[in-house]
Formats: sequence, structure tokens, C-alpha cells
Amino acid sequence: MVIERKWKKWVFFYIPLTVFVIGTLFPFYWMLITSIRPDAELYRSWRAANNTPFWTLNPTLEHFRDLMAKTTFPIWLWNTFFIAVISTGISLFCGLLAGYALARLRFPMAGTLGTSIFVTYLVPPTLLFIPLADIIRNFQLGNTPWALILTYPTFLIPFCTWLLMGYFKTIPKELEECARIDGATRFGAMVRIIFPIAVPGILSAGIFAFTLSWNEFIYALVFLFSPERKTVPVGVVSELIRGDIYFWGQLMAGALLGSVPVALVYSFFVEYYVTGLTGSIKG
Amino acid sequence: MAQVLLKDLNKKYDEVHAVKDVNLHIRDKEFVVLVGPSGCGKTTTLRMIAGLEEITSGEISIGERIVNDLPPKDRDIAMVFQNYALYPHMTVYDNMAFGLKMRKFPKPEIQKRVQDAAEILGIHELLKRKPRQLSGGQRQRVAVGRAIVRHPQVFLFDEPLSNLDAKLRVQMRVELKRLHERLATTAVYVTHDQVEAMTLGDRVVVMKDGWIQQVGEPLELYTKPANRFVAGFIGSPAMNFAEVTITESNGALWAENPGLRVRVPGGRQERLRPYRGQHVTLGVRPEDLHPATTGAAPDYTFDSQVEVVEPLGSEILLDVKAGTNALVARVDPTVRVKVHEKIRLALDPEQLHFFDLKNEAAI
Repeated sequence: MVIERKWKKWVFFYIPLTVFVIGTLFPFYWMLITSIRPDAELYRSWRAANNTPFWTLNPTLEHFRDLMAKTTFPIWLWNTFFIAVISTGISLFCGLLAGYALARLRFPMAGTLGTSIFVTYLVPPTLLFIPLADIIRNFQLGNTPWALILTYPTFLIPFCTWLLMGYFKTIPKELEECARIDGATRFGAMVRIIFPIAVPGILSAGIFAFTLSWNEFIYALVFLFSPERKTVPVGVVSELIRGDIYFWGQLMAGALLGSVPVALVYSFFVEYYVTGLTGSIKG
Repeated sequence: MAQVLLKDLNKKYDEVHAVKDVNLHIRDKEFVVLVGPSGCGKTTTLRMIAGLEEITSGEISIGERIVNDLPPKDRDIAMVFQNYALYPHMTVYDNMAFGLKMRKFPKPEIQKRVQDAAEILGIHELLKRKPRQLSGGQRQRVAVGRAIVRHPQVFLFDEPLSNLDAKLRVQMRVELKRLHERLATTAVYVTHDQVEAMTLGDRVVVMKDGWIQQVGEPLELYTKPANRFVAGFIGSPAMNFAEVTITESNGALWAENPGLRVRVPGGRQERLRPYRGQHVTLGVRPEDLHPATTGAAPDYTFDSQVEVVEPLGSEILLDVKAGTNALVARVDPTVRVKVHEKIRLALDPEQLHFFDLKNEAAI
């Protein structure tokens, strides 16, 4: 092993790492500290003598209570979960079949099709919501969960397809050929051999799709308008900022509760998720 | 148990004509090896027999059935792949049982067959492991085991030993041969290694550029190569080739070039007579070159200079130069020569090969 000077390790490793960790985690800390700070401290002048912006001595759960009782936050949470799960399910199903076909089947224009599916993912939602709004109105889906469940796959399916296609390509095709010789049909080989091996890839596609739809803002803002129909990201921002009044405590409590499920999903699958990204299967 | 019949088989990809008019009759219980350099169409041919590649034109039958349009699962074949293709998420037992499960065999029968195969291959204690916990040789055995539990009509092997190290390869080669004798099932084996081809095959099919060059028993290919390619491909070190002119003096034909002058053996005179005054390729195997003894016929001896000496223990390879010809001789380990020394070599007149310069066919 090469012996390096200690200061080099500090300059190139520990100090940048510390800066990065603080920069990443500070917003979460700020979110937490704000959500448990009593109103009296929250709206105190920054220059007040007893101002303690980075900690509080009187933690309170008042904001969480208010959020649950006085707003429709629990309903937003349920809306978001419901919409995210169903649109993820639809997108994974389509992405699996499309990704497999693009990775394995030989048909005319397969390459072009693969690329054009990816290109649709690059169209920004801020442009796409205009034609989509027209469609939603024509089908009279506005202000229903289906407005989002059916529009989220427009970016989730290309995403899942592309990710899974890449994963399927890393699986040696001999595995499947062997299964087909062993007595399986093409579909049987796909379901019995390829899908079980691709579980890490499928899980990472699912997690990504879930978080993308959980955090989605623009479509949710445009297609839903009654307070009890909204999702967490839109509800928190539109219902807890009234005019120029910011309900900081409840806002942060809502943001915290909104990000907890995502954090749980991530940490639960983190091992699969990591192998899914680096994904490699040896025969 | 079945014969395999390939009739006018062709495979064309967009621009590449990979397999050209292949006709082959593989007899029941025969072990046939397809051999050739990479890109010669041997693997494509095998995959067409398996049903993994579509046939452009021609006909394949296994047993009495024409299988052109049958999916792989209905052809009653088993295949062993170069990378083993073990299912990584299943145990060794499940890997071997998969084909039987798909065919809805009763459980006790599956168990019996897997146990039997494991016994034969000596992988009994590995049945509960996952493929990633096995060494290369063990994976190879499991892959073979998965093929034999099915009792298929035909075994297909696609370079199954290429991923093993040299020592293990020799060992598995012997085991495969023993296994074939025991199971007596038709087998088609693809390899690029001519030693594997010669040792395993009842008959060997040499392919190049999509064409079959020659089909024959191993020794037949060695002693009577049909053309220059087969002559050079079979045998190690490869046959020596020299361009010579056929001349006539005193009623006898001679093959000569600067540094080499050899009388055409009596039996070959008639066939070479039309080539008088023309160039042909003379081929002689390294093992048919010996240091000349004092009584050797002068018509078949020539002087040469040693350039490299490769002592291999059981034999010595001499790289020599005779005029413009660079030749390799495989001589007895008792021969004592040093680099730059002169040595007089004799060649075996019965073992000379002549090839047409243009179409490379044997004369």
C-alpha cells in the first residue's frame, strides 16, 4: 500500500466529505427543528437578544397536532400514496414487458423505438401538461385521482422501460435459451428465469417510479383543485401559505411527514437498490 | 436416440451468409464434432439444430421428424453452453430438475433422475448449493448434469470446455468421452480446438467461411486432408507448406524450389503429371521430418540450418530453414542439435501431400 501524507487525506477526503454531509443534511435538520419550535420562537425577530435559530429549548408537537386536526393532511397523504402506488404499478408492468421486448426480441426498428421512448422522457412536464390538460378535460377526469394516475405513466413508463431494458441486457441470453430448450416457452422463460434474476432492477425501477410520482408537483397542481383531492407536495404549499402568511411550523411538519415514507421505502430496499444500479449477473 | 439430418442448410443475416449449403448426416448415437476458426458458422449451425436461430433455407430433421418450425422445447434436445448458463437464483438441484418440472414429470421420478445424474458426475454433495458457490469445473458438471437428466434424443455442446483452465479441460474432455460411451446418445459438439475435436469425435466436420471443408473420422482427416485448409488446421504444430515447381527429369517427376528437391513418390506420379512445369503446394507434417541417417535415400533428404530449438521433453521442435523454406520438424528428444548448426533432414515419401495452388484441393 502507498503511504500518503496525512494532510493530503484531510484536504482531499475528510474536509470535502464533511462539507458535503453538512450541506446535504442541514435542510432536513432545519425542517425538523422548525416543525417542533413553538410559534413564539418562530416569529421572533432574527436580531432579538434571546434568538436561538439552531436549536430550541421548548420543543412542541403542536404543529403536528394542528396539521392532522385542522387541515386535510391525512387525506393528502392517502391521495399521494394511492396515486403513487397505482401509477407505479401500471408503469412497472408496461416497463417490464416493453423493456424485455426491446432488449431481447429482434424486430424491425427496435433500436429506433428504444431511443424514441427515451426521448419522450426528455420532454419537460412543464410543456407536456398543456396538451395533457386538454385531454384530461375532454375525458372529464379533472379533479379526480385518475387525472394523475393516467398522466404519471407518460414519464414513468419511458423511465422504467429504459432502466429495465439496460438491466435485461446484462443478463446473459443463454440463460433464457437454455430454459427454452429445457421446455419453457419464450414467455415462460421470461417469467421463470429472467424476472426472478432481474428483481434488483425491477425494485430499483419501482422505487424510482414511486418517488418520482410521490414528489410530482406540476401535474398535481394543474389537474387537482379541491383541497381534499390534493397530494402532499401541492397541498402543503397551497393550503399552508395563505396570501403572504406562512404557517412555517405546519409547513415543515407536513414536509417532514411527506418525506418519511419515501425515506422508509429507500432504506428498506437500499441493498437491492444499490445492486440494481450497479447490476451485474454472473452465469 | 435419433439421427440428425441437415439438408441444404443455409443461414443469411442481413449481409453475412453465415452457413452455406450444409449437408450432414449425423448417425444415431454418433459423436460429431464441428470444428473451425471463429466465424466459420459452426455455432450458427448448432443453434439452428437447437431451434435458437431461424433457418434461411434448407431442412433439419431429428429422428424421423422435420423440426424446421418446431420451437426448441419440442425438439427433445439438451444443450450445454460455453458460459454454463446455470440459473443463478436456483440451487443445483433445481437447476437440474427445471427441465423435468417443465415437462411435468412426477416428483419421485425427478428426484431419482437428478440423484442418478449427480452420482454419475460426482456432484452429489453440491445439490443444495447455488451456482455462484461453485468452481468453474463444478459449474461445468452441473451444466452437463442438467442436460443428461432429461434423457434427450440429442445432446448439443457449444464450446463447453473453453472457459476451463488447461488442466481441467483435459480432464473434462476424458469425462465427456466416457459419459458419451455410457449414455450412447447422439451428440453434436462445437469447438475451435482441433485437439478436442480429434479426441472426442467419432467423426469431425471441419468448417470454414460457412462451408463444410471435410467430414471424416479423426485419423482420416489427419492422413488424407481434402484440402490445404484442413491439412493446416488439423495437427499441432501445423503442417509445413512450401511452394514447389513440378519438373521432369529422366522420366520421373520432381518437386523443387530453392533449397528443396524431392522426387514425387511412385504412386503420385500419374496424378501430378498434368501439373508439369506448374507450381503446387507441397505439404509435410513436422512429425514426418527426421534427421537423415547415413543410408537414407538421397531423393528425400535435404540440408537445413537450425534457427530455433524448442525442447518439450517428450519431443523437440526444430525450426529450420532450407533455402527459402521455413519448416518445423518434430524430432526425438535424443537428437542433439544447437541453434545455427546444420542438419540434414529426411522426409517420409509416403506422407507427402500435394495441393493445387488455385483451388487448394488435395492432388
